[in-house]
Amino acid sequence: MKTLVWVEHDGITVKDATLSAVTAAAKLGEVHLLVAGENVGGVADAAAKIAGVGTVHVADGALYAHALPENVAPLVVALMADHDAFVAPATTTGKNIAPRVAALLDVMQVSEVLSVVGPDTFTRPIYAGNAIATVKSSDAKKVLTIRGTAFEKAAAEGGSGTVEAVSAATDDAGVSRFVGSELAQSARPELTSAKIIVSGGRALGSGEAFHDLIEPLADKLGAAVGASRAAVDAGYVPNDYQVGQTGKIVAPEVYVAVGISGAIQHLAGMKDSKIIVAINKDEDAPIFQVADLGLVGDLFKIVPELTEKL
Amino acid sequence: MKVLVPVKRVLDYNVKPRVKADGSGVDLANVKMSMNPFDEIAVEEAIRLKEKGAATEIVAVSIGEQKAQETLRTALAMGADRAILVVADGPVEPLAVAKILKAIADEEQPGLVILGKQAIDDDNNQTGQMLAALTDWAQGTFASKVEVADGSVTVTREVDGGLETVSLTMPAIVTTDLRLNEPRYASLPNIMKAKSKPMAQKTPADFGVDTTPRVTTVSVAEPGKRQAGAKVADVDELVMKLKAMGVAK
Ligand SMILES: Cc1cc2nc3c(=O)[nH]c(=O)nc-3n(C[C@H](O)[C@H](O)[C@H](O)COP(=O)(O)OP(=O)(O)OC[C@H]3O[C@@H](n4cnc5c(N)ncnc54)[C@H](O)[C@@H]3O)c2cc1C
Ligand SMILES: Nc1ncnc2c1ncn2[C@@H]1O[C@H](COP(=O)(O)O)[C@@H](O)[C@H]1O
Repeated sequence: MKTLVWVEHDGITVKDATLSAVTAAAKLGEVHLLVAGENVGGVADAAAKIAGVGTVHVADGALYAHALPENVAPLVVALMADHDAFVAPATTTGKNIAPRVAALLDVMQVSEVLSVVGPDTFTRPIYAGNAIATVKSSDAKKVLTIRGTAFEKAAAEGGSGTVEAVSAATDDAGVSRFVGSELAQSARPELTSAKIIVSGGRALGSGEAFHDLIEPLADKLGAAVGASRAAVDAGYVPNDYQVGQTGKIVAPEVYVAVGISGAIQHLAGMKDSKIIVAINKDEDAPIFQVADLGLVGDLFKIVPELTEKL
Repeated sequence: MKVLVPVKRVLDYNVKPRVKADGSGVDLANVKMSMNPFDEIAVEEAIRLKEKGAATEIVAVSIGEQKAQETLRTALAMGADRAILVVADGPVEPLAVAKILKAIADEEQPGLVILGKQAIDDDNNQTGQMLAALTDWAQGTFASKVEVADGSVTVTREVDGGLETVSLTMPAIVTTDLRLNEPRYASLPNIMKAKSKPMAQKTPADFGVDTTPRVTTVSVAEPGKRQAGAKVADVDELVMKLKAMGVAK
């Protein structure tokens, strides 16, 4: 099978999510890549070094900047004439584009693939990961999004792909325009690739408390910072901190949940972490049912003491 | 401008899903079902657009069994003007839902279709994007802010890195994220009024759509269970354990 993998990038570097998608795609057969964007020659060269990749198709042009799905989906569809499967990481970009591609190909997408059982059989989570479905696709071509935490990352170096400009020119659909973005600037590791995550919940009570308590602890541990939906809704931290069914899916070595009750929607995003540490004043909080190490008590006392003693 | 709002009937988000003993799926017998939470946000957004004068009529659509009438009545009680139920037994997957919605959009000519970003049962996160492909309209997914003006809609989107804003020519597709708004509760008088609002019944065949699944479920299993670990007595013990695990130095 010939698979086309969507390369997730920020214009400069290839994002880690791509590497997990490459591993998943390799289970189907030949792996080829698509780099779309504006001035992405550097990204294409980096992508060609990913272990095991064949052709790196590069579509460089203003109309592909910001990965607007109205412009990018027809491009993918044109390339799919020569591929059997389209694989994208289950990032917000992948989720935005892949279903649009699938519908144009008249294919039903398989979302958030956890494992490749066979060429047309996959497992995926349903009901916030409270059940795992094994599903079989009867479509001739496959469109899949890949859950990053479920696949090892392919080696970023060691490959020798061939970079090739896409000849199939597609037009600017002219119906959407990028206006701007507010992207979080942080010196911390990215949530989805961090080894340690410290997350705060509603119990923090304010953005200041979040900042004063959670961040120093994260600094001590070299950790990324996450949050529950309640903490994001209350405005303590921005939306990109949210971990859960409808936020980010993480599986670090260590996940520290501070003042988070452990609702199923939150657990859906972090219960595959290797070690879960929970700090909560309610000894019956559901988070303790999944925690390897639980400490019952007031976070306002515990967290500063913990930060100091680490 | 007309706004179309597709709403799905799903297992209530407060209910813990149970996998059936025979591994054929999740047990939906005698459990509370509700409107998909993201669709409540979609209905609310449509109502706010109407309250601001940007929308004139709100049409709620559901594809599912007869009981999805309840979900549509909820949308009508919140403030939708009329409803269309497309009766289908058994699951209808996003691609077929999108095809039915495309046919309805052709008839109704809405300026906006506002959907949830994902249905919390199958967690597919596909239908809005697929409908955008089939209609050839622009899409603003995972919206946390929607502003309509002069034939275009500006959508602020929740993306992995933060927020992104796009401007879309209408008609367009919007899918909702959690922070877009807080849905209202229907008042008792509005629940009563909703009973007499029009609800049309259709079938997928009326729109020439074949709903045979392309992706079939082979089996459904419980995920591996985590063992709850130990509680520690105090911070000192926690630090000691973390050090023993190599987490802290
Ligand atoms: C459609 C939908 C999607 C959702 N998606 C997500 C998602 O992706 N991610 C997510 O996280 N949630 C999600 N949720 C929300 C989820 O259901 C919960 O409401 C949310 O996770 C609760 O956040 P919390 O644990 O911070 O708050 P709470 O449930 O209020 O818990 C606060 C906890 O802090 C403890 N506490 C209070 N004070 C102290 C103190 N001084 N010291 C120590 N502990 C203290 C309490 O005992 C309690 O356990 C979603 C909900 C819906 C309906
Ligand atoms: N059977 C359905 N009836 C009405 N709307 C639906 C249906 N299935 C999906 N939708 C809409 O599509 C959105 C995304 O669903 P999904 O792609 O299944 O995650 C939902 O939030 C609804 O707005």
